Amino acid sequence: MRSILKATAVSLATLVALAGPASAELTGNLKINLDTSNPAPRATMEALIAKFQAAHPALNITTNVIDREAYKTQIRNFLSADAPDVLTWYAANRMRPYVEAGLLEDVSDMWADGTDIANELASTKGALTVDGKQWGVPYTYYQWGIYYRKDIYEELGLSEPANFDDMLSNCEAMIASGRKCYTIGNKWLWTGAGWFDYINLRTNGFNFHMQMAAGEIEWTDPRVRETFANWGKLIRMGAFIDDNQNKDWQQSLPFIIDGSAGAILMGNFAVSPLREGGLTDDQLDFHQFPAITAGVAMAEDAPTDTFHIAANAKNKDNARAFLAYIVSADAQTEMNNGANLGQLPVNSKASVDDDKFLNKGFEMLSSNSPGGVAQFFDRDFPAEMAQAAMEGFQEFMIYPDNLDDILDRIEGVRKEVY
Amino acid sequence: MNTTLVKQNWYKRNEIAITPWLFLVPGLIMFAIYVVFPIFQSFRISLFKWDGLGSLATHGEYIGMANYEKLLTRDRSFNISLWNNLKWLVFYLASIPAGLFIALFLNQTVRGIRLYKSLFFFPFVISQIVVGLVFTWFYDPQYGLFNGIIGFVGFKPLNVLGDPTLSTYGVIAAGLWPQTAYCMILYLTGLNSLDPEQTEAARLDGAKGIRMLWHVILPQLRPATFIAFVVTVIGSLRSFDLISIMTNGGPFGSSRVLSFYMFEKSLSEYGFKMGYGAAIAVILFLIMMVFIGYFLWRMYQDEKATNG
Repeated sequence: MRSILKATAVSLATLVALAGPASAELTGNLKINLDTSNPAPRATMEALIAKFQAAHPALNITTNVIDREAYKTQIRNFLSADAPDVLTWYAANRMRPYVEAGLLEDVSDMWADGTDIANELASTKGALTVDGKQWGVPYTYYQWGIYYRKDIYEELGLSEPANFDDMLSNCEAMIASGRKCYTIGNKWLWTGAGWFDYINLRTNGFNFHMQMAAGEIEWTDPRVRETFANWGKLIRMGAFIDDNQNKDWQQSLPFIIDGSAGAILMGNFAVSPLREGGLTDDQLDFHQFPAITAGVAMAEDAPTDTFHIAANAKNKDNARAFLAYIVSADAQTEMNNGANLGQLPVNSKASVDDDKFLNKGFEMLSSNSPGGVAQFFDRDFPAEMAQAAMEGFQEFMIYPDNLDDILDRIEGVRKEVY
Repeated sequence: MNTTLVKQNWYKRNEIAITPWLFLVPGLIMFAIYVVFPIFQSFRISLFKWDGLGSLATHGEYIGMANYEKLLTRDRSFNISLWNNLKWLVFYLASIPAGLFIALFLNQTVRGIRLYKSLFFFPFVISQIVVGLVFTWFYDPQYGLFNGIIGFVGFKPLNVLGDPTLSTYGVIAAGLWPQTAYCMILYLTGLNSLDPEQTEAARLDGAKGIRMLWHVILPQLRPATFIAFVVTVIGSLRSFDLISIMTNGGPFGSSRVLSFYMFEKSLSEYGFKMGYGAAIAVILFLIMMVFIGYFLWRMYQDEKATNG
């Protein structure tokens, strides 16, 4: 196994060496901090870095892989105290505090008109732009949507819902058969935010959602209440599994695997643990979140993960070379394929791996999301706003009757944040 | 030559007064750098609106007492945290009588008593994180032992950590496990130093059971009780790791305490309000100072009494 891996690594390295542009030989150091601590992403990144190393043998590369959750609190320390040259992070509002504090390097030069990056990564330029400048490059993104048990739907004679009424009637049939419709583990709050994103995007549309993110709409607005009313219909009919407020998302997966829940709203990263849990591609399928308000253009969540250069980096030239490498079509094809990250490459010239869910996701995002593409609730909304609102979502999913109180509280935070 | 002689003489003359200070200097420097200075620094930061990134001087905005005003008048999460701190303070004290009871129970000479003592002490040795994980599984609504037990007695299953009215008590109960062990060890050492003559005399006078415990044993255990009280009060105000691992402050922020709320506001994933967090820290510090001041005063009084 090891020798096979090595052999592939070597052959890939030669491939890169042959295919890559004849860039100047890099020397010196390159320090990389990664949050890709889960087994598959970790191996993927390490293999990619090994290839970069092989192409630049004189370069001294150090890689730190930090636990994904811990990374989110450590980033502020290492950016100012012990800055790496290259680091992973997330697009949109999640990078804004660090940009505003001057801790990330302006890489607008790499995005200049006419460059490969500007041409091939145009789709995410907006998500990486703050104050008219670009502050990083994307390496992967993934679709969100409903992963459901096709075999159970067929057994009950159900089909993919085309609208919200279908969704509700499907759910009734599911509950009548003694199951729950949707599994969710909401301890860490963001899973509930996924539901809010989709119901709000479908009820009020992409532009309204983004106006909310920008703080222009009161949380007590009747249109927002309508979103919660739709969500409340699902909650009150018992669509979600019980005790979801103290499960994490991994703990919610057994419910769909053993068939006690029919579906889950999640990002594509859930596919790999669901397959490992024993679901075959015949049992598991994917559909887009159905329309709610007729006439509202479909819009999707597709979070983008990114690479950045620290403003305090010591080897910025090497770091730029690494960023250029990581966004190249070859590297993105390789790292996003089903055996590695199992996600979608951002580079338009990269090819999407032939995987059932990646194909469906890619098709949905490229042809059936005319309304727009959002990042995700906690990446689109400012941190403090996101925290307060997500706490409210968690409460709403258990006590839907507390809605007025919850909305007043969130609205109070909105007034202070913006 | 002359000067060194004078110097030596000066030192020699003041040796008794100076030497203790010389020994204290390293400790005082550490204390000043790591304790006293940060206290003032926290207070200063609490007067600013600052996200904790970049320097305070350039990115901070001076807002006076506004952080405190908001905390004390308009922040419901702060009130919840404060109440939870109070619950911790009161219920955590249960570990003192519990520890005493176990210590009395274990204070006998039978075969293998050392093993039993170590087993009872075990929860204090393992990490709080592990204690938290064990109790999280214990409370698990589907598979946990807790619901099995109360189901056996005929109660409906409870989701302790998921219920906003119960979550804090659930976490405190988990905290009592190691804390009881700690109090137990304090009392065990206290029981070792009892004066056997007093016990003997009391027994001759016909004292037994509760009366013996209350009038003869407990007064002799006063130093141990005092220390147990101190560590338990301080421990309850410092509670953080159990909350972080068991509930993450939830559900919907109902099990937060001040230290956790401070962390959440200033340092967590979504926390960028360093000034606000510092204001919470200052208030927590003031609350702690009340207790610490009382303890120091008590110790000072005791020392005065023993030194005549």
